[in-house]
Amino acid sequence: MLTKRIIACLDVDGGRVVKGVQFENLRDAGDPAELAKAHSASGADEIVLLDISAAHERRATLLDTVRRAARQLFIPFTVGGGIRTLEDAAAVFSAGADKISINSAALADPDLIRRIALRFGSQAVVVAIDAKRCDGEADWEAYTHGGRTTSGHDAVKWAREAEDRGAGEILLTSMNRDGTGIGFDCELTRAVADSVRIPVIASGGAGGAQHFVEVFRDGHADAALAASIFHYGFSRLVDLKQEIGAQGIPVRWPC
Amino acid sequence: MIAIVDYGAGNLVSVKKALDWLGQECAITSEPAQVASATKVVLPGVGHFASTESLERTGLKQAIADSIGRGIPFLGICVGMQWMFERSQESPQTRGLGVLDGECERFPGSVKSPHVGWNQLEVEASSRLLRGVASGSFVYFTHSFRAPVTGTTVACCEYGGRFSAAVERDHLFGVQFHPEKSGEIGLKLLRNFCEF
Repeated sequence: MLTKRIIACLDVDGGRVVKGVQFENLRDAGDPAELAKAHSASGADEIVLLDISAAHERRATLLDTVRRAARQLFIPFTVGGGIRTLEDAAAVFSAGADKISINSAALADPDLIRRIALRFGSQAVVVAIDAKRCDGEADWEAYTHGGRTTSGHDAVKWAREAEDRGAGEILLTSMNRDGTGIGFDCELTRAVADSVRIPVIASGGAGGAQHFVEVFRDGHADAALAASIFHYGFSRLVDLKQEIGAQGIPVRWPC
Repeated sequence: MIAIVDYGAGNLVSVKKALDWLGQECAITSEPAQVASATKVVLPGVGHFASTESLERTGLKQAIADSIGRGIPFLGICVGMQWMFERSQESPQTRGLGVLDGECERFPGSVKSPHVGWNQLEVEASSRLLRGVASGSFVYFTHSFRAPVTGTTVACCEYGGRFSAAVERDHLFGVQFHPEKSGEIGLKLLRNFCEF
């Protein structure tokens, strides 16, 4: 049976893993290559590395980090942050990523999705959407630049457009829930998951096993991603997957 | 030397990385001559079935066919495995290598497509490629079309019906999933292939 994926996310700044609460107050949580390997060994189904610095002078550091992490990683590996062109994407793939994740750049230049998909296949293109609840016509708007700027796009419609343009997966982050640990936004996740055919990865708000069960069962997510709950030992992946599996959600176990 | 055939579709770094990890001498190549002199040939593949047409244009298809004719072990991965069949509904005018009978087809409307993620193998005990891989093992898939279950199927997977997850005949092997992305199980399979 196709299982629900549990994805460990590494937020990286200047070659080190950090994780903030609602994108602020970052803390250092270690070396990305080491953490990626440790997560894989403890049962992560996939690793996502997001470069949140994305400052131009740090690109070389990022590629080196990707290369080091990829060398001993034999599960799917996605890299995002600061990828603006086909050439940026190609460099990240050459360094060992299997998929790239694009957010702001896709909103600014939607055809970028098609260009990367054409060269590397749709399965390699993840469109990340940072969605925030709003009072306007749309229920959720897509934000850019680490959640600082609104794009004015309806998050659900944008997900559908991204699929039409060739995205292989949607990485959907609830800005309202990110870093809170109070659970995923199941309503948002379901709204997007029910309107596209490609897999949707829920992100933002994971605090415990029950939250994963809810977002798979009620949010119709195909995968769920978390960062901080894994890094600081609040919840080991092995235990988490066992707990999720015990509640009737199909997960890859043993790994 | 193992030749990893590059026909301009997708990213072959992961396959190379896995073979490097296993200590195998290997090279990514788009040169028919290098394919012809290889001791093993791996054809990875992501993307569209139509992208395999470039194999024909560049002479790589002939080099692969010749190498297979000489008994050189061959492994097709994902679209690389689908290409071993006669054709695919994804691109009806594109001819596959045709060393296996049948046509690759799309998933039924009852399931989400593409099929992405970790799913389980139902393994035939006789498989040499899957020696040491137990039924129920999880491997990583990402594909929108699938190969039928035929006499050469050595592992099935269930997603909107059963399909071929692995095929094998003599020195010809194919896997729909990505062994280079399937953790220890995938490495075990690649190790088996390297030992043929």
